[in-house]
Amino acid sequence: MTVAIEKPEQTESVGKQAAPAKPERKVNRSMVVAAIFVVWLVLFVVLRGKQTLALAAADLTDLHRWLNDVNDSIGANRNSNPLFLYFFNEIRLVIDNVVTFVQELISQPTGDRPVPQIGWLGVVGIAGYVSWAVGNWRVALLAVAGFTFLGLQGLWQESMDTLALTASAVLVALLFAIPLGVWAGLSDRFNAIVTPFLDLMQTMPTMVYLVPLTLFFQIGPASATIATLIYAAPPTIRITAHAIRSVPETTVEAADSLGATRRQSLLKVLLPMSKRTVVMGVNQTIMAALAMVTIAALIDAPGLGKTVVQALQSLDVGTAFNAGLAIVVMAIVLDRVTTAASAREEASRGSGSWFLAWRRPLLGAGGVVTVVLIYMSHTYVWAAEFPGEGGIGSNIASAADTATNWAQDNLSGLTNGFRDAITNGLLNPFQTLLTDSPWWLVGAALVALGVVLGGRTAGITTAVCVGLLVGTGVWSDSMTTLASTVVATVLVMVLGIGFGVWMGRSALVDRLLRPTLDAAQVMPPFVYLVPFLALFGATRFTAIVAAVVYAAPVAMKIVADGVRNVPATTVEAATSAGCNTWQIITKVQLPMARSALTLATNQGLIYVLSMVVVGGLVGAGALGYDVVAGFSQGQLYGKGLAAGLAIVLLGVMFDRITQAAARRAGA
Amino acid sequence: MTTQTEVPQRGSTPQDSGATPVISVRRLWKVFGPKADQVPDSEELCGLTRRELMDRTGCTAAVRDVHFDVSPGEVFVVMGLSGSGKSTLVRCLTRLIEPTAGEVVFEGEDIRQADAARLRDLRRRKFSMVFQHFGLLPHRRVVDNVAFGLEIRGMSRSERTRRAQEVVELVGLAGYENSYPAQLSGGMQQRVGLARALAGDPDVLFFDEPFSALDPLIRRDMQNEVIRLHHEVGKTMVFITHDLSEALKLGDRILIMRDGKMVQCGTGDELVGAPADDYVREFVKDVPRGDVLTLRWIMRPPADGDELDGPELGPDVVVKEATRAVLAADRPVKVVENGKLLGIVGDEEILAVVAGQEGGH
Repeated sequence: MTVAIEKPEQTESVGKQAAPAKPERKVNRSMVVAAIFVVWLVLFVVLRGKQTLALAAADLTDLHRWLNDVNDSIGANRNSNPLFLYFFNEIRLVIDNVVTFVQELISQPTGDRPVPQIGWLGVVGIAGYVSWAVGNWRVALLAVAGFTFLGLQGLWQESMDTLALTASAVLVALLFAIPLGVWAGLSDRFNAIVTPFLDLMQTMPTMVYLVPLTLFFQIGPASATIATLIYAAPPTIRITAHAIRSVPETTVEAADSLGATRRQSLLKVLLPMSKRTVVMGVNQTIMAALAMVTIAALIDAPGLGKTVVQALQSLDVGTAFNAGLAIVVMAIVLDRVTTAASAREEASRGSGSWFLAWRRPLLGAGGVVTVVLIYMSHTYVWAAEFPGEGGIGSNIASAADTATNWAQDNLSGLTNGFRDAITNGLLNPFQTLLTDSPWWLVGAALVALGVVLGGRTAGITTAVCVGLLVGTGVWSDSMTTLASTVVATVLVMVLGIGFGVWMGRSALVDRLLRPTLDAAQVMPPFVYLVPFLALFGATRFTAIVAAVVYAAPVAMKIVADGVRNVPATTVEAATSAGCNTWQIITKVQLPMARSALTLATNQGLIYVLSMVVVGGLVGAGALGYDVVAGFSQGQLYGKGLAAGLAIVLLGVMFDRITQAAARRAGA
Repeated sequence: MTTQTEVPQRGSTPQDSGATPVISVRRLWKVFGPKADQVPDSEELCGLTRRELMDRTGCTAAVRDVHFDVSPGEVFVVMGLSGSGKSTLVRCLTRLIEPTAGEVVFEGEDIRQADAARLRDLRRRKFSMVFQHFGLLPHRRVVDNVAFGLEIRGMSRSERTRRAQEVVELVGLAGYENSYPAQLSGGMQQRVGLARALAGDPDVLFFDEPFSALDPLIRRDMQNEVIRLHHEVGKTMVFITHDLSEALKLGDRILIMRDGKMVQCGTGDELVGAPADDYVREFVKDVPRGDVLTLRWIMRPPADGDELDGPELGPDVVVKEATRAVLAADRPVKVVENGKLLGIVGDEEILAVVAGQEGGH
């Protein structure tokens, strides 16, 4: 028998080459980055203010005018072009019918009725009953209390509009997303096709979806719902596919070995075993839908988001706060109920059987009570229209106003000082560097950074993105947004590393902070603007602070997990070698969590970008403002569309560079 | 380099030369990789080692030219280290993995020719398998897990529950019918796996390293359980393991595999008494020889000076059990089969084995 001869010298030589090469290259990389900045600064001093491609707010380029024409011609031919007549209009019609149906059920008056079919009592009853049936009695109480609170705030109808849009979008999204997810779970080929699309969809800021959709579906609830369902579907597709794929191979094999058909193993093994994870995907879809429905107020979607937008635009902090609070309450209720639903099955398994025996009759009785409540709310006015004038809502609003005034009177020295320090010390110089350099200089610097940090492919992507950004005609605005995004990301990473390391090293801190961070992440980005508007007024800085607060939880969690995943033995070895705490953090834990740091930067950038854009509403200007203005003013539509595209390009550029860098760090 | 040792068989082995085998495997190949089906046909490629084949063609041959027969009621053990192809081999037998070449004849029918429907039917009624990591359904109770195969067949609920209940009792899980798998220990979970395999009343049971994931004590319990069930239900069993002592304990015959090839196939005492090569010798080195070898392996032909009026013992008596009798007798023990004297065993031969020195021939 021949024995396979190993060639040890080969592997050894590879090891020898790799070992000394690595540190050399690392030194090179940071030196190259520094060199790029030095060259950039020198050239900036020489060439300042030349070829900056600045464009005034009302100015348009040929591209923008052409997009306006496209919009006009689509508007003119909407009812004659076969593509619209038989495709887009049909979709819009179907969605519109669904939304109108749900709205008439719970939020809008129908026909000759002055109130919707089901009044507040019925909706609260349904909310409580469904929460109890899919979750437990605790979340049922929470749902009843939460929904009643919405009524007490005087925002019942707005809340129900938001709920109606969210529910319609989620229903339609799940109708597509779950089968697609199962398909992606079963077929490697389909999974490979669909994954890049899902990646792209998740890296794009929410607002960007709205722009092109208005072109095809007009402004209004229908296109808001379509935008929402497109934005909300990816998590369910992705998580369903993941759930199907993570069913243990042995279990599937065992079913095969017993002679199960494909259908049998799908229905009896794969689907039941992935149910719990799929419900987690549904949870994410619902939260994404809620976030999107509130932002869709920009394209005239009814509901709480509209109240917030209108209040923000008139700087009415009290009203914005009240409506924002309603969004938060609704987010908490939806999140808790769906989380409880995914946990329920596990908990009921093997728990006391008396409970299971009683569950069915109890559910039946609850159902009867709910039906009675629905009937009452359909018949009696007191049960249909939420009683009271929403006194609690106006109390909240005036309290918020008082607090704002107090803060502005008493804290302005502090907040303004902080704002001015960051603005003058960090934001302005950086923004000047980006906007006042010639476009080709910034572009060259970005491409060079892309190559150095992310490798050649990332460099090529960056070059393409820079070229297209110039083509959109909003280069200068893009650079302003870029500056805000980078500054905010730097702050996010400072917070992320600080708290992340603290959480990673202390289980107690982790236990205290994590629930708050989890809760912060489910909030629609919008509501973060309100308190900072109160503190800092309508400036770029407000958007940056809101973005930092919105993005920091993700970064903290990723860094904390990275630090925690450093093997305990390595830390122990360092301690026994006599490292002090600071040395352990800087020499062991952070370097070993390097890929987590890069990932945190990636996620931080994407979150910040989506928030900075929303900040266009509170005076952040630049791309976000261009998009918002494009929705409201016909002659700026083309520019808004181009700005939306520019946001996508920035997002893709950030994402590609940081992901490539993360892969390098991980390797 | 296969040695099919042709040594007289142990008397207790249920296989008799006359019985037709239940499973008959001929020239079985499983090659993973591009153009895998060319490898078994090419004489040149067949001769390569696994490593060379990988370098030349990018293919991995997991099972290479394996052939054996399994008799009715026999416990046939396939043993090898991880990567030796034993798990692939057992999956080829039921086509959970599609073989590349060769024949797998089950009760006279070539399984490789079966279409999907026929194959499913065979799996539902004739074979069943017990897996290393159990493969239970966490969302079903024990009794529903056991009834799963019957449900797949389309048996009515009351009937399959009744049958499942019987099997649950057979494997000693009575009282746990309504538990969920996660509430059971590893050993009990594997009993559920065993019950599921038995529920369909198959002709052949396949075990893929069923006890490797269990603690040593529980493993021993489960091995005894399999022996007990084998006595009670008398199924043919094909058992995969990497543990030699398990193989010796359970197996009527043992097939040793290495790098996808057969190294030796024979009874336990044949492997220990006459290892085919250094690989097998190294394997069986630490086996307590007295527990495995029979008198047949240590007897010597009677010499002139021997007194031939000592007690008589059969040739298939294990050394350990004969020790007391041999040492107690003041003259050598005669090894007699069917009235014919085969040889004699004295204190020296016994001590050579029991004291752990090189004994045997």
